[in-house]
Amino acid sequence: MAKMTKEEVIEVAHLARLAITDEEAVHFADQLEAITNAMELLNELDTENVEPTTHVLPMVNVLREDKSIPGLDRELVLKNVKEHEAGQIKVPTILD
Amino acid sequence: MALADKTAAELQKLIHTKEMTISEMAEQAFERIEELDSKVDAFLAIDKEGALKQAAQLEDTPLDERGPLFGLPIGVKDNIVTEGIETTASSRILEGFNPIYDATVVEKLKKDGMVIVGKLNMDEFAMGSSNENSYYKNTKNPWNLETVPGGSSGGSAAAVAAGEVPFTLGSDTGGSIRQPAAFCGVVGMKPTYGRVSRFGLIAYASSLDQIGPITRTVKDNALLLNTIAGHDEKDSTSANVEVPDFAAALTGDIQGLRIGVPKEYFAEGVGEAAKQAVRDALKVLEEKGATWEEISLPHSKYALSTYYLIASSEASSNLSRFDGIRYGYRTQKAGNLLEFYMNTRSEGFGDEVKRRIMLGTYALSSGYYDAYYKKAQKVRTLIKQDFDKAFEQYDVIIGPTTPTPAFKIGEKIDDPLTMYANDILTIPVNLAGVPAISVPCGFDNGLPLGLQIIGKYFDEETVYRVADVFEQATDFHKKTPQVWEGAVQ
Repeated sequence: MAKMTKEEVIEVAHLARLAITDEEAVHFADQLEAITNAMELLNELDTENVEPTTHVLPMVNVLREDKSIPGLDRELVLKNVKEHEAGQIKVPTILD
Repeated sequence: MALADKTAAELQKLIHTKEMTISEMAEQAFERIEELDSKVDAFLAIDKEGALKQAAQLEDTPLDERGPLFGLPIGVKDNIVTEGIETTASSRILEGFNPIYDATVVEKLKKDGMVIVGKLNMDEFAMGSSNENSYYKNTKNPWNLETVPGGSSGGSAAAVAAGEVPFTLGSDTGGSIRQPAAFCGVVGMKPTYGRVSRFGLIAYASSLDQIGPITRTVKDNALLLNTIAGHDEKDSTSANVEVPDFAAALTGDIQGLRIGVPKEYFAEGVGEAAKQAVRDALKVLEEKGATWEEISLPHSKYALSTYYLIASSEASSNLSRFDGIRYGYRTQKAGNLLEFYMNTRSEGFGDEVKRRIMLGTYALSSGYYDAYYKKAQKVRTLIKQDFDKAFEQYDVIIGPTTPTPAFKIGEKIDDPLTMYANDILTIPVNLAGVPAISVPCGFDNGLPLGLQIIGKYFDEETVYRVADVFEQATDFHKKTPQVWEGAVQ
């Protein structure tokens, strides 16, 4: 049985770009441990010679001619941007 | 004029005989939503202005240019983007998001003259089985307002059950159309993976997600799938296969149909009422000329773990796009770029979404990838092979849609594993990619139960034919919940 520690959860949260408090980390550690333990059921199966399925239907890359087509209108694209100026997206200062 | 209990054909007749205009029909839907939705809470956004404008434009179209759903109102699950109507996937992180284009399915609805009345509540990013994971509100089950409508398309199923709209679209990743359809006593179809374009569906788990129709009758369901199905060059996973007329498949004839009934769908944890309702349904189908045998889908018990590993892994990747920069919620607390991302996402996502993102990130992280993600993909192969093998001998596979009827609001929300177990009978279908429908087949303590009919790849026709024969031979679909009494019909 895999044990999930608070530290591991904080590490995973960091990888997933989620800020969590110590208290939340403890809570999630318990839940994720229960969940991953339940998932270990799969280890009963010998899958040595089984091919993985990523897609159920045969998939091929869809290619199109390398030709430029008009994109979306800039005004429209900026419609959901919280702050913008002169056609550019404004973000908070991120460099110290 | 009572509308809530009418089929598409009956509703359209009212329009074509000029008893009602398209605008009047839409108005009446809004009246009923206004009256009932304070109890049911199925809708997030209502677009009265847009709908009435759309309706007015449709009035003059000549009768011979109108398809079978022309002029009829429809609601759309909130993870399907609608130009000009707020679309949030029930998440805070998309609060106020106003799409600049329509999903392909929405374009198709409009092209066939359907009137879009609004957006339906769901579990955040389609993660959940009770609608309790919505950031905005809890939708209630019209059959008993203290119970959940199911999820994640709970708003879509509840709106149809309450008679607020005759049609809705949902999406199904692990049972999210069929489970709420079962809980709310309506008809819900998850088509074959690739049958319907996912362009404009906010992605949860891309290899499993599929959009499908929720309606009161099987015939109406087939008509709505006719409208939304088909290859789309904007979705490279949509299948380039011919789309038959699904409504034409309802011949009423299932003579000689071979049904497989998996013993694993009657295992421990599946309630006696659900089992008995399916046994009764099999008798009905036998009387109509079908035969059934017990079969085994031996890897069924591994489906739940397989699903949560694959779906969470795909979700952790898909949801990385929500960073607060270009659209959606943006934190006010940011010292540097990393804090900006982390605070935006932590404040914007709910707990279940965070759990799945973390589970997926963990399963994909170096050192665990082979043990979890790749292992799950291999088991997915075994689950798919179970179905392939069964379908060599049987035309459809039948079992319960859910182990139990709807449960009480709050009952399972604190225990993720118990909540996940709701989907044990629907998840294998998504992993295999085959189509399946849920139709009403009984009641347990006044709450509806669903019959799940699973078909071969791209054989929705047989699924619909069997579902229709069952529906015509029974009257479960004619029962209406208590919330109807005294309401504007």
